[in-house]
Amino acid sequence: MSLEKTVNVEYIPRVEGQGDLKIKVKGETAEVEFVVYEPPRFFEAFLTGRNFIEIHELTSRICGICPVSHQLAALKAVEKAMGVEVSDLTLSLRKLLHMGSHIQSHILNLYLLSAPDYLGYESIIPMAKDNLEIVKRALRLKKLGNDLVELVGGRAIHPVSTVVGGFTETPSKTALDSIKKRLMEAREDAIETVRFVSKFSYPDFERRCEHIALTKEGEYAINDGKLRSTEGLEIREEEYRACIKEEQVDYSWAKHSTVVGRGSYLVGPLARVNLSFNSMTELAKSLADEVGFKTPCYNPFKSLVARALEVLNLVDMSVEAIDNLNLKDERISERDFKPREGEGYAIVEAPRGILYHAYGFNGEGRVKWADIVTPTCQNAKNIEEDLKAFTPKISKMAAEDIALRSEMLVRAYDPCISCSVHAQLLS
Amino acid sequence: MSKLKIAVVKMTGCAGCQMEFLRMEEEFLGLLENVEISYFVMAKRENHEGPYDVAFVEGSVSTPRELNELRELRKRSTTLVAFGDCASSGCVPSILNWIPPAVSARVYENFPLIHSKKESFQRVTPLRDFVEVDVELRGCPPRKELILEVLKSLLIGRKPCLKKYSVCMECKMNENVCLLTSEKRPCMGPVTQAGCGAICPTVGRVCEGCYGPMSDANAPSLAKEFMELCGMSEDDVVQKFRKYAGLDSKFEREAG
Repeated sequence: MSLEKTVNVEYIPRVEGQGDLKIKVKGETAEVEFVVYEPPRFFEAFLTGRNFIEIHELTSRICGICPVSHQLAALKAVEKAMGVEVSDLTLSLRKLLHMGSHIQSHILNLYLLSAPDYLGYESIIPMAKDNLEIVKRALRLKKLGNDLVELVGGRAIHPVSTVVGGFTETPSKTALDSIKKRLMEAREDAIETVRFVSKFSYPDFERRCEHIALTKEGEYAINDGKLRSTEGLEIREEEYRACIKEEQVDYSWAKHSTVVGRGSYLVGPLARVNLSFNSMTELAKSLADEVGFKTPCYNPFKSLVARALEVLNLVDMSVEAIDNLNLKDERISERDFKPREGEGYAIVEAPRGILYHAYGFNGEGRVKWADIVTPTCQNAKNIEEDLKAFTPKISKMAAEDIALRSEMLVRAYDPCISCSVHAQLLS
Repeated sequence: MSKLKIAVVKMTGCAGCQMEFLRMEEEFLGLLENVEISYFVMAKRENHEGPYDVAFVEGSVSTPRELNELRELRKRSTTLVAFGDCASSGCVPSILNWIPPAVSARVYENFPLIHSKKESFQRVTPLRDFVEVDVELRGCPPRKELILEVLKSLLIGRKPCLKKYSVCMECKMNENVCLLTSEKRPCMGPVTQAGCGAICPTVGRVCEGCYGPMSDANAPSLAKEFMELCGMSEDDVVQKFRKYAGLDSKFEREAG
């Protein structure tokens, strides 16, 4: 008779938002519930009737960790619907803004949320006592990411200079030069981050599942591209809803996503690195080689290594983006654009994976319907599938160790639970 | 000086205020010398039930579970801070309060199932409707300098010095051209509490009011200007006032 063990984690710590884990291990199998009880805020509902110029401002309030991703997805969808063309400078600045946001979010996960587990601390606070230089490195990199967002967007959390059509003000050359210098100096910190994270003792666990990410020929896609997967999916933004199915489950307020005809899937840094490894910078690729990280990688815990490689990649990509900026004093006002009836669909890569925004507008530019699918919503079912496969392997451990390791797996996904309680607006 | 025992608690919100707390990168190590972070689930695995010298409560109350937690927290905290706009006036999520339930029901296929959990979230409610709030730290999010002001004040035993005047004061100090009078654009600066540094008008964007109403805001007068000077419709004015502090009594009339 196999031993049955129940493990409950109430209010999963060191992730964003309110969620529980319920695991019942029974020999080689496990029942798992990733219970999101974060109260839904119904953004899709209350956006109805709002003006097209304020959608990105409102949707950034879905999330304090990835407000930039929500702004950029919303802006892209709104601009498509309104037929607004943006300048090359705007596209470059938006990418720079997004890269800053990815850096700060990744560093938060790697050092503050995940690292304490692998170093044996309850949080970064006691960890700082014994590892001062490591913590200082984390704080430097995190500040750099936030400062980059603030420089381009006017504020680190919920940026303010982003508007339909572009930016109300572009950063000065002096300020860009100064942050470029800091980015170049940060390369060493980023390299050390990859080495630091690679030394963690990761559970020996692999589960082949579909990985989905934006990809673009010749670049590491963040803001634009086609959706591709490790199982051959290749779709445009408009086709998202036809290929991805969402359903409500009775124990969680986060819906579950699956690829039509297949199963759950993974989005985020591991999926991006697996699908776009060749587009990473030479330095990032050589560091991957140095630390023995090979693609495709199907160990979800190693999302941390992928995340660290992305930080290194982002630091160099940001320097390159600044070098290639054709800086002009461009000041866009949302008053420059007239509304029209239409629909717009957009996908960007948020730090935790693909983020889908779609809107329909009436002739006055008022929202008729809104549809938002966040990365954590898409990962929710896959987190459960991973835990179902993983926990039976550690079932002999004490309940508290099973809990810790299960939490570690969840933290590797870096869930943004507040984001996850948004769901399809039914027709 | 003994360390301040603090709690950072999340209710219904986006975690942006907690992120602003964690944005104290340069101040972090110094902060730990003066403050004991006793409860902060997003950053710690070991969290203690209190009592706390100060609890920063982010988000608004939208479920019975949160209401119970808030009441318990009030009992266990000497100073309770409404941390950000959701906690002090409902912020963007409170727009939901004006939306017919039928629209919300269209977001989940099985809406009764959601409600069967007896966790009704038909309304978004600021903390002060349920418990006594000692400090209202406004902003979406409140900038870290304001968080530090609260902590420093409590450490030395004085009242936090939070600005009560309008964003216009900060805007003038930045030597900006007035967007309302010069460009006839609907700027919320005249009725909005300072503290952000007038970041929006400084980059050429109108203030949207994300720090909530200033102490003696003359909202009816500004609403009239929006219609007469800027040519806004009544509906647009209502939407503008409903955005960040529509539940605040100072904006109540204009927010419809």
